[in-house]
Amino acid sequence: MSVLPFIDIGLSILVVTVAASTIFMQELFAAVVSYVAYGLLLAFVWIRLYAPDVALTEAAIGSGVTGVLLITAGKRLVPLSRTTTEAEPTLTLRVFAGTFAALVACALGAAILVLPDEPPSLAPEAAVAASGAGAGLGNPITAVLISYRSFDTMLEKIVLILAVVAVWSIGTDGAWGNAPAQLRQARPHPEMVFLAQVLVPIGTLIGIHIFWVGADAPGGAFQGGALLAAMWMMAMMAHLTEPPRIDVRWLRLALVAGPAVFLIVGLAGVFMAGSFFAYPPSLAKPIILFIETFMVLSIAAALPMLVAGPPNERPVP
Amino acid sequence: MTTAALAGLVGAALVGFGLYGLIVQPHPLRKLLAFNLIGSGVFLVFGIVARRGAAAGFPFDPVPQAMVITGIVVAFAASAVAVALIWRLYSETGHVTLDPDAWTEPSRERES
Repeated sequence: MSVLPFIDIGLSILVVTVAASTIFMQELFAAVVSYVAYGLLLAFVWIRLYAPDVALTEAAIGSGVTGVLLITAGKRLVPLSRTTTEAEPTLTLRVFAGTFAALVACALGAAILVLPDEPPSLAPEAAVAASGAGAGLGNPITAVLISYRSFDTMLEKIVLILAVVAVWSIGTDGAWGNAPAQLRQARPHPEMVFLAQVLVPIGTLIGIHIFWVGADAPGGAFQGGALLAAMWMMAMMAHLTEPPRIDVRWLRLALVAGPAVFLIVGLAGVFMAGSFFAYPPSLAKPIILFIETFMVLSIAAALPMLVAGPPNERPVP
Repeated sequence: MTTAALAGLVGAALVGFGLYGLIVQPHPLRKLLAFNLIGSGVFLVFGIVARRGAAAGFPFDPVPQAMVITGIVVAFAASAVAVALIWRLYSETGHVTLDPDAWTEPSRERES
């Protein structure tokens, strides 16, 4: 008898417990920390579902980068959680909300248990796409992302840029064009600086590797880009580099490079392969890797800018 | 019970906890945490659809998985905008609350 069912059950209990602790924890900061732990545990659940690509994304972005964002925000906001004049929710509200949430969860669980035995699947269509325009790619997820559902992936990059524009616009009028506040206000510990000096070159290499193998194995532009973004953030936290001013040209070019190249190649497909976002099969793999290179650049630029937040009021001397 | 069904039930439980936190927790950052919990629960339910939809020689259906990857990135982008809004709300009003009555109180004591 295999031990896997027990691992599954143990993992499920652990994930639900840690998720509950993010909700019921008294301290704000403790809740944020358990959210990060929860994201990492969830990555294991994804691995058990035969989804290593999703697991990598969840660990890197869902837990890692979101964790940095929330911990930075939490540290800024923790002193303020005492100054809020918020009334605690009444017992009636708690009971009502608890019943409502339990009902929704039970309905969802019941729906999952009675799913039809003959599951609907887009896998055959995706397989056709993967052997057609996505030819030469061994990883079906990458084939779907860049070939079968390429328009979604392109629009998602535009969502990232829109989010960066939104975050920048939330700053005050006078701050426009300045650099965002430093990710870490206090002077970094020497250990932190050393860690960043050692880890950033290695992590950059691993990020590029994950992007490169993504054509044939789990990995890809999102996961690799997120790792490069993490390395940049680590360098900023150790004060090895400053967050750039938001009006410098190289930053803006890096942000739009991914979607712009994707769109141009997509339009070129109209003339070269007969339809929008179609690639000539003989050139599909080089074209897809070309698009992904610029997408990695855009992701690596956009994620740290989203974490760094709006531009700072005072210009950095 | 299969791995997929178990993961689906975990997803359902996550949605339940997230929904409760979203309603009950007063702090906006905690509401954001709860909302992200609902989001990852929905992704997990979507993920078991990918697991069950194995066909055409794949051990899983790659289309929902690719959409979940897209979804995780978009959820992060939305969280970043939310954090920026919460921070601006604090620097404008001096309070971190969604209760409009608190905003009308002058926050000048903080500045003086």
